[in-house]
Amino acid sequence: MSELLVKNKSIVVPGEELASGMDFLPSFGTYRDKDIIVASRLGMVNVEGKVIKITPLSGKYNPRRGDMIIGKIVDVSYSGWRVDTNSAYPAMLSIKDATSEFINRGADLTQFFDVDDYIVASIFNITSQKLIDVTMKGPGLRKLVGGRIIQINTNKVPRIIGKQGSMISMVKDATGCKIIVGQNGLLWLTGEPKMELLVVETIKKIEDEAHMSGLTEKIKNFLEKKTGKKIEPREEVRNDDMRMNRNDEVRRER
Amino acid sequence: MTYSKRTDGRKFEELRPIEAKAGVIPRADGSAWFKMGNTAAYAAVYGPRSLYPKFMQNPKVGIIRVNYSMMPFSSAGERVRPGPNRRSKEISMVIEKALASVVNLEEFPNSVVDVFIALPQTDAGTRCAGICAASIALADAGIPMKDMIAALSVGRVADKLLVDLNYDEDSHEDGVDIPVAIVQRSGHVALLQMDGLLTREQLKTLLGMAQEGVKKIFEEQKKALKNKYKAIEEENGE
Repeated sequence: MSELLVKNKSIVVPGEELASGMDFLPSFGTYRDKDIIVASRLGMVNVEGKVIKITPLSGKYNPRRGDMIIGKIVDVSYSGWRVDTNSAYPAMLSIKDATSEFINRGADLTQFFDVDDYIVASIFNITSQKLIDVTMKGPGLRKLVGGRIIQINTNKVPRIIGKQGSMISMVKDATGCKIIVGQNGLLWLTGEPKMELLVVETIKKIEDEAHMSGLTEKIKNFLEKKTGKKIEPREEVRNDDMRMNRNDEVRRER
Repeated sequence: MTYSKRTDGRKFEELRPIEAKAGVIPRADGSAWFKMGNTAAYAAVYGPRSLYPKFMQNPKVGIIRVNYSMMPFSSAGERVRPGPNRRSKEISMVIEKALASVVNLEEFPNSVVDVFIALPQTDAGTRCAGICAASIALADAGIPMKDMIAALSVGRVADKLLVDLNYDEDSHEDGVDIPVAIVQRSGHVALLQMDGLLTREQLKTLLGMAQEGVKKIFEEQKKALKNKYKAIEEENGE
């Protein structure tokens, strides 16, 4: 007989038994020990049909193919750049993935990106040894000039972006700031100095209250009070906001 | 003189009162506070992060590095010299090996997880308190691990067998102190150190008592972790 030993959406710790019997399937954050499915990390249990997985609440960024990240150039070599990804592993950006311009052999690569520059890039390949290749060919992938970078908990990135980008586009509209959220927990923003500070405050608020329901409404009220303007919900979500949320991609695939 | 009663009035198989809390150091990736009687430990976990010098990297598995240290004022009034010494290096190494048995190191090749354990107050059983705190901190840091781990000291004073020795019992002239680390589900022993004399039967009984005793610690560890995320659970509950 198969049965679930914990409630769906409850918080579990490593080593906690989640289900018994062979009818359930272990997915991310769980493993099977004989006929029992056991949690292997701290997080929230998600049971979808027969599949049991854990949504982590803490932890460093785990690089995945297709993620749009904000990286920092840490080294320049002959053939490309080394990029810090805010994880345990740096990424490589090679010349051919960086620009479509023609670059002479032996040219000084710092004229494109120099050490300490921030870039928006997309992970297009990752090996078992976690060697990461990033590309800058794609819509919205570019070097970041000016503005400020803040760091957030990577596990809360989906909440900051919101369903189909609803949350982030609301913050953008209310403050008039440009914002880019990287899946790796770095966030870039630029705008009027006062509004920049408001964005930082808002993002921290979303991060702290990520678990609350009705958060979008709450943030809307907060922003209206701070800016003194009424926020009209946007009818059509802009494409670039939507593309950012990894969870939305998963949803659409199903 | 016979040893008929414990110095702090506990029963022989009774643990000292336990306090545990997860997430006490905001800048760390994961952290914990664990107190057992008068022995208290902080643990802070950083990582997985990149590992240098490069020759230390292992392409098959990640490594775990433990730093155990007693704070200068932590002892019974005598200043403890800060920094690594023979004793703290040994303890760091045995804790490292105990923790490595539960952490899924193969999930982060070439990188390192750093665990810092500091003891602001000590009354015997420091490596045990350190392991208990580190286990909570690792889980809090979102490190993938097979299971939780906890540790407890058991031992003999005169003719009595007891668990969770305090310093008076640990330093008794006819005493044996055995720190034991146990993995929760399997009950496997991940650390066991002993000096002094025991019979085979006594050791067997003591290991049984340790298995019984750690159950309470596992409960406290679980409670500490769940307390930190209580608000999230309540929001999602029916």
